[in-house]
Amino acid sequence: MNEGLLVILLLFLPLVKFVVNRLFIGKKWPVLSGYLATLILIITTLLSVVLAWQYYFEYGKINGTYALFIPIDEPWLSFSNSLSINFTILVDALSVMMVLVVNIVSLMVHIFSLAYMKGEDRYGYYYAYLGLFTFAMLGLVLSGNIFELFIFWELVGISSYLLIGFYYTKPEAVAAAKKAFIVTRFADFGFLIGILLLGSLSNQFDIVQMVGSLTSQQTLTQGAGTSFIGLSALTWACLLLFMGAAGKSAMFPLHIWLPDAMEGPTPVSALIHAATMVVAGVFLIARFFPIFQLDGTVLTIVGIVGAFTAFFAAIIACTQTDIKRVLAFSTISQIGYMMLALGVDDNILNPHLGYTAALFHLFTHAFFKSLLFLCAGAIIHAVHTNNMLEMGGLRKLLPVTHIGFLVGCLAIAGVPPFSGFFSKEAILFAAYQQHKWLYAVALITAFITSFYMFRLYFSIFWNKPVKNEHAHEGNWLIKLPLLILIALVIVTGFIPFGNFVSANGKPLLLPMHIGFSVIPVLLALLGIGYAAILYFKESNVPASLENSFGLVYSTVKHKFYIDELYQFITHKIIFNGIGNASAWIDKQVIDKLVNVSAGLTFSFSIAIKKLQSGKVQQYLLIFIVGILCLFVLFLV
Amino acid sequence: MPEVLQKILWLSTALFFIGVYGMLTRRNMLAILMSLELMLNSVNINFVAFNKYLHPEKLDGIFFFLFIVTIAAAEAAVAIAIIIHLYRYHKNIDVGETEEFKY
Repeated sequence: MNEGLLVILLLFLPLVKFVVNRLFIGKKWPVLSGYLATLILIITTLLSVVLAWQYYFEYGKINGTYALFIPIDEPWLSFSNSLSINFTILVDALSVMMVLVVNIVSLMVHIFSLAYMKGEDRYGYYYAYLGLFTFAMLGLVLSGNIFELFIFWELVGISSYLLIGFYYTKPEAVAAAKKAFIVTRFADFGFLIGILLLGSLSNQFDIVQMVGSLTSQQTLTQGAGTSFIGLSALTWACLLLFMGAAGKSAMFPLHIWLPDAMEGPTPVSALIHAATMVVAGVFLIARFFPIFQLDGTVLTIVGIVGAFTAFFAAIIACTQTDIKRVLAFSTISQIGYMMLALGVDDNILNPHLGYTAALFHLFTHAFFKSLLFLCAGAIIHAVHTNNMLEMGGLRKLLPVTHIGFLVGCLAIAGVPPFSGFFSKEAILFAAYQQHKWLYAVALITAFITSFYMFRLYFSIFWNKPVKNEHAHEGNWLIKLPLLILIALVIVTGFIPFGNFVSANGKPLLLPMHIGFSVIPVLLALLGIGYAAILYFKESNVPASLENSFGLVYSTVKHKFYIDELYQFITHKIIFNGIGNASAWIDKQVIDKLVNVSAGLTFSFSIAIKKLQSGKVQQYLLIFIVGILCLFVLFLV
Repeated sequence: MPEVLQKILWLSTALFFIGVYGMLTRRNMLAILMSLELMLNSVNINFVAFNKYLHPEKLDGIFFFLFIVTIAAAEAAVAIAIIIHLYRYHKNIDVGETEEFKY
């Protein structure tokens, strides 16, 4: 099959599914729409596997380097000869990898939801929104024009909004949806300015040409010439792009929306808020990586923000008791790892190791985190609570979920031979070569990660004796995706990822030194052991530890009061201070102006109304007097 | 200017202002209409007089006179029809009493 047709089918089938489900069959035949959606996802997943196979093994490699292909480049909005926005589809190693990930995870979530969302109100619409999301995410990763990318970026945001607020009768869900939308919109504002800056620096919006023209020497000096607050325009553009990426990927301090987004249905959290949408920020930076490399400062900032977020979110995750929130913070932490890896990419010692490591972690993380979330979904489905303190001893009742969760936890902790180990090693190695400090932070975070993940694992599956005897695992629709994902988590680590995705298209061997791996693995095992001591059996040690830490513990438990800080800033400062002041100006100055001018017009019209008496003879008299006046005037 | 023409102009001016005066002071619509006719006819006199004394070889003024007489007749017919209708509704043709026209 010709590649353009294949990509078009791949991209637009989910959109068709969205339209059909939302408009035609979603309400009347919800079950049918669910199965139809899953069928379409099976087709697109097969297509994406075909695409990946053809790209990686048949035509993609030219002279040992993975090349760029632009199967579709249609003019879409032509404003003028110099400014036109094309609908471009860009097929390269990065986008093919992302398409594969998005489709596989989306398919798993579709299958899982068939059972999980059964009997739910608006079941058909749920599938419609999943279709919209899949379409938007595929468009995002395939788009070859930066405006097109931005449009898909916003579409992803709106489908995330719709799905977080799916239980729209719950006020928390509505608030969480709004919060997610507003926080990411705020970041997208920066992203848009960054796009315009890049566009004005390079005079085009086509990503490939833009990167090409910006990396050529001539524009570089030109762009560096104009500066604002000590930084060149190019640096600003990169920083603003990173701001958009940080909003979508929940980097500190824009991370506040992601834990609240867990109010959505759990499979949605697996798809959008763990595997695909939240890594769009990492994807964005990877897509514009050559531009970021022009200026080391931005990459350093990316690395520091990533490392800090990884550490910060891991600490918070240790104190949360809602299992989905723990997973949300671990997602934030893992995306921090990816950002860290991008930030420590360097050209000299080990060319583009960080880039490949980040995308490898994105790849493996998508599978093990969606596995963890789907397991959490299965657990919540069985015991009807999110609170980990109310669970315990579930290993007998939920055997498949138990294995899945364990595999996921081992993978995220970085225990070999699970996939997380390989990607985390690559990140740690890249960090070790570039910044020893960031390496240290990443190492400590790895320890904390394994601790909190196994805290969760032991609390759910061991700890107390079973409370809810009737809890049972769902049917095969629940188990099948878990089993597939378990297999993927075990297998994906062994993929020689550097052969497929690298910054310059040339194969890159990810380094793997036994000596280097010892420390992280030991730390991970230490974390597991520590968690086992505290949580394997029910005891009051954790509670007494919590008490002995007192203030520190409650600060962490309240997520360092970041939400409260935002609340304070928005309500007390922005709403009360600036908002009230501008409301006063609006009422007292602007409204007054309007009212006064209206009042003047009114009283003037009252005054001249008397002229219109309706007495014809009076009019006539005025007319004649006027004529006489004119007559006299012309005569003199 | 011939002396006769000047006299005729005095006549038409007097006629015109008599019409204006009547139009402004009368309350009865028929009287106003008659004043209007006076004004029209003063103009007619002007046309005919100018034609006869200044350009006797042409007929333009006379044609204008004929036109104005015709239009005045038509206009009088319309006006009287309106006045009769008004009378049927109001039993009154005083202009001061017809102020609701303005609404």
